[in-house]
Amino acid sequence: MSGAADSVRPRNEWLTLAAWQRLFRDRPLVPLLGLLAVLLIVRELARPGVFTADFLGVTLRAAVPLAILAACQTLTMLTGGIDLSVGAVASMSGFLVATLVNGQGLAVAIIVPLIAAVLVGLVTGIGVGVFRVHPLIMTLGIGLVVLGLANVWQLRMVQTGAGVPPAMRSLGSDRLFGILPYNLIVFIPLAVLILLALRRTGYGRMLYAIGDNPVAARLSGARGWQVLVVLYIISASIAAVGGFLIAGLTNVSSVTLADSYILPSVAAAVIGGTSILGGRGGYAGTIVGALILTVLTSLLSALGFPEAVRQVLFGAIIVAVAAAYTRVTGET
Amino acid sequence: MSAVADSIDPAAARTTDALAGWGRRNAWTLGLLVFLAILLGFTKLIQPSYGVTGVQGLAISVLPLALAAVGQAIVVISGGIDLSIGAMMALTNVVAASQMQNQSEEFGVAVVVGVLLLGVILGAINGAVVVATRVPDIVVTLAMSFVWAGCALLVLKTPGGGAATWIQELLKGSIGNEWIPKAAIVLILIIALIWIPLRRSQAGLQIYAVGSDRLAAFRSGVSVGRTKILAYALLGLFAAFGGLALTASTGVGTPVPGPYTLLSVAAVVLGGVSLAGGRGGIIGPLVAVIILQLIRTDMTFLRFDPNLAVVAQGVILIGVVMVGSLVQLRRRRA
Repeated sequence: MSGAADSVRPRNEWLTLAAWQRLFRDRPLVPLLGLLAVLLIVRELARPGVFTADFLGVTLRAAVPLAILAACQTLTMLTGGIDLSVGAVASMSGFLVATLVNGQGLAVAIIVPLIAAVLVGLVTGIGVGVFRVHPLIMTLGIGLVVLGLANVWQLRMVQTGAGVPPAMRSLGSDRLFGILPYNLIVFIPLAVLILLALRRTGYGRMLYAIGDNPVAARLSGARGWQVLVVLYIISASIAAVGGFLIAGLTNVSSVTLADSYILPSVAAAVIGGTSILGGRGGYAGTIVGALILTVLTSLLSALGFPEAVRQVLFGAIIVAVAAAYTRVTGET
Repeated sequence: MSAVADSIDPAAARTTDALAGWGRRNAWTLGLLVFLAILLGFTKLIQPSYGVTGVQGLAISVLPLALAAVGQAIVVISGGIDLSIGAMMALTNVVAASQMQNQSEEFGVAVVVGVLLLGVILGAINGAVVVATRVPDIVVTLAMSFVWAGCALLVLKTPGGGAATWIQELLKGSIGNEWIPKAAIVLILIIALIWIPLRRSQAGLQIYAVGSDRLAAFRSGVSVGRTKILAYALLGLFAAFGGLALTASTGVGTPVPGPYTLLSVAAVVLGGVSLAGGRGGIIGPLVAVIILQLIRTDMTFLRFDPNLAVVAQGVILIGVVMVGSLVQLRRRRA
């Protein structure tokens, strides 16, 4: 009797809610990849042609800049922060490249925005780390400052004219054999670096520690402010690199180019299982989150909805996924 | 001698203590008011002709953001934040403009009532989703901003519609003394009718309680969920007022959200409301809104690049908040 019951229970355990919750909590990538697969299949049913080199290549190409900007959100959210200045910093860097390349050459045109981004990150980091300004407010204010300065720069550069350099256009929008976008050249090393840094280095652990319990982190000897200053410098630099790719992808140089990426970048990190309250999450989930959002966008337009309805559904689905996540993992 | 001193001093000491206590509690707002006074003096100095028309223009241009800031302040005090307020204002703005177009003035009144009700419903939906899903406020309202902005685009694809004459007249000009713009009276009336009764009621106290410590509020018998939904619904109401103010001042409906989400958060923080919740009032944010707008005006007078005004707003936001947290850090150490 009891032997039969024992042999039955393990098989049933897979069907219980608790088992699913464990799966979601311990291996968040599994359900996310499942959701991605479902979206791809629905997209295939809505308009066949998903499993072609062209569709996959275009989707990957669109997901990469989003995943890069979402990296800024993931890293800052791990410490309980957020970086709303990514849009302004990314636009600024793309715009600087386009305006500097004609007069100064490509090398200078790439280095100057990176230096600018490091300075922006330094100021943000000092504000958040040393002065303990709420990251939301700090990055919001810095975003305004960067946008305004970029606008001033734009008026200065009106005569020179601007153009995204061909090399950057190629990097941002061309694809190898129609499937592998060149922007993976930037993305793969960056992603590997972030994944390794979060899992294997002391600095990565420090981010989790600060987000999970800042007091405990301080008492065990972590210098929170140093970690945060470095973090926001890293975040702004990643945003600048993302700006290069977005400028190359769209072949547009505008000071508000990347603004539309701000909300999706936060959404990608949240869908990917990173908690906005800090201490939980990772970059692998964020990458899948960025892919999910990109496929979702493509699905909504394939279904023939007008722009307005697409926006409504996009927002509603983000809430639904985040809610499902919170409900299943039991995290509050 | 000592008996006399004893008999006089307590009463006097009590009043001075009360005054000092009031001053300490409202130090931030008082500081902002002083800053505003200096800024007004500076404006008059650089532009001697700044007078009645300037004040009236200021009152009208400040109105939508002021209403948004009051709404945002209520939610932030309750411990939340609403990043969809700009989209809600756009939605109520286009609904009002599209319904009022080519309609009678009386119908306009019905539209106003309907739009205010719509605002309450939109806000309550935000609050209910936050409470029901337990997803952090910032994520929910960020996503809901897509939803409301999409709805606004569904109502009007391009800027259009119209506004009843009476609502446009409501904000124009002054009343009684020419120094008292109608727009300011409208703002004060709205706040007096909604905020002051709320502040003195049990519900208002509960909003502060939930914001300052959810668990303690829950254990004292406050219904945390209902209080949060109430705060969000009030934000929706103020967003609807803001949307109507946009309709009235521009005469049309614009389906694209303005910069009100981020500016309202900025004004709330500048106004001394803690993002952690439970602290602050609405006078501070209101003064902050006027300061932010006046800086913009001054930059125009000084012939600065208008883009530098954006930089100045950002710098002031960061600077003021930095000083504020520095003062707090010092006080904690002392």
